[in-house]
Amino acid sequence: MVKLKDIAKACKSKNAGPFELTLDVMFDNPETFDKVRRCGVITRERIAALYGVSPSDVLLTEYPPALAYKATLPRRIVSGAIGDTDIYGAQQHAPLLDLELPL
Amino acid sequence: MNGEIRMVSASGILGYGFPEASLAAALKTRPHMIGVDGGSSDPGPHYLGSGKTLNSPLQMKRDLRLLLRGAMELNIPMMIGTCGGAGGEPHLQACAEIVREIAAEEGMHFKLALIHAEQHKDFLKRAIRDDAIHPLGKTAPLTEDTVDRASRIVGMMGPEPHLEALRNGAQVILAGRGTDPAPWVALATHHGLPPAPAWYAGKLLECACNAALPKKHDCLIATVGADYVEVEPANPELSCTPLSVSVQALHESASPIIRHEPGGTLDTSACVMQPVSERRVRISGMQWTPAPYTIKLEAAECAGYSAITFAGTRDPGLIGQLDSFIAAVIESSHTKIATLGIPRDRYRIVIRLYGKNGVMGDWEPLHETRSHEIGILAEVVGDTQEIANAALALMRVTLLHSDFPGRLCREGNMAFPFSPSDIERGAVYQFSMHHVIRTDDPLSMFPIEYQTI
Repeated sequence: MVKLKDIAKACKSKNAGPFELTLDVMFDNPETFDKVRRCGVITRERIAALYGVSPSDVLLTEYPPALAYKATLPRRIVSGAIGDTDIYGAQQHAPLLDLELPL
Repeated sequence: MNGEIRMVSASGILGYGFPEASLAAALKTRPHMIGVDGGSSDPGPHYLGSGKTLNSPLQMKRDLRLLLRGAMELNIPMMIGTCGGAGGEPHLQACAEIVREIAAEEGMHFKLALIHAEQHKDFLKRAIRDDAIHPLGKTAPLTEDTVDRASRIVGMMGPEPHLEALRNGAQVILAGRGTDPAPWVALATHHGLPPAPAWYAGKLLECACNAALPKKHDCLIATVGADYVEVEPANPELSCTPLSVSVQALHESASPIIRHEPGGTLDTSACVMQPVSERRVRISGMQWTPAPYTIKLEAAECAGYSAITFAGTRDPGLIGQLDSFIAAVIESSHTKIATLGIPRDRYRIVIRLYGKNGVMGDWEPLHETRSHEIGILAEVVGDTQEIANAALALMRVTLLHSDFPGRLCREGNMAFPFSPSDIERGAVYQFSMHHVIRTDDPLSMFPIEYQTI
């Protein structure tokens, strides 16, 4: 088992507009990306579970040109609304870091 | 013209700056236009709600002066989308004022177009009755009450108003809220290029050298042909590679391959990227599928008036029972606030606990607090500033002096770093629309005003 944070080149979050959050995971090389794809751990069900949302709320896209995965989900609180903690959505990636992959 | 056009984007956002030498290098390629995106909803609803600009007039003036000089020298259009950050009327007028100042200082003369993007409430309420407005995602249908409550409403224009201004001979085009690629799509369309490469180039250009390595606020040059786009940074220290261009497709978008725009969808799933040199990439295979024309609406409404205070605790006894302590403080605060005659429905208390879950709130997967100190950001949002201030002051005293089981720190539970400790934040706003309006006329919502400078 390895953790995602030990093999990813980038693992980040950001707003995709004020109502959605988008998570990007990128890898250094096609070999690692292919291994991760083959192990099948990164699914929309898994992302949904990490963030406590319904799988139907997660749009997951594999994006080979950038050796990347992108997941987009509704923000917990709309950017800047009362109670928001992260206007830019730039620090919501941590639950992904410890994701364990059987590589 | 050999069927190709060159377009420049100076920076990611007007006012973020760019090296002067980069713009000079970009101008040497004899581009057909220079432009920069002026806005973003990313910094939150404050700017749209309050009418304030995201960047200071000094920052915007520096960038605008260099861009205007370049445009005058080459006699090409200079185009700005989403002026002033939010693209409402005060934001557009702030940019127009700066442009007029620069023109007067430098003795420049040109035809200026101002494209307005603010929307009238009566127009939108009629559109609701005509069933022309539809929600995005899980948002509820738009109501007339939401329209009435909005402090400011803008429509996100497509490229058509920019194109109309170009056809009418405007050389300097300042626009309110629009989809980010709009100025570049309009220029490419003006030169007869098809939508697929025009939109692809526009999407790359709106974030400028975000598509380059290392990422910087710097100038990007796109060359657009009938079925391809080539991109290259103006600064020789930066490079565009197939990977850096692919990575840009991930930036702030819900999908890296499908992008919904007014009047159609850009699909990049079949794109082929080839390096032309170590710094230049050619992209082909982008596709544009027309769709019914819709304009996205953006609005901000006042959510109340906020007051905050920040304090820290270093007491292990308190940290060990943080949740029950905070719950008790909130309940006790409500009781004290009620004695002032302030009903519970006229204010909201928000506590953020840094060192516990201040960043992720309910999404935080770690439930055990291991920090030896905790930062507490207490906020009250009230119907008036007076309510917020009074309620927050009581909350602050209650945080400082409440008893808890086993308490040793009997002179005070919190370290406050400031005097005064309470900070008025004034009106706070929230985004209130996530809807599109269907229209047959891409121009009618965005009146264009021409001025001879």
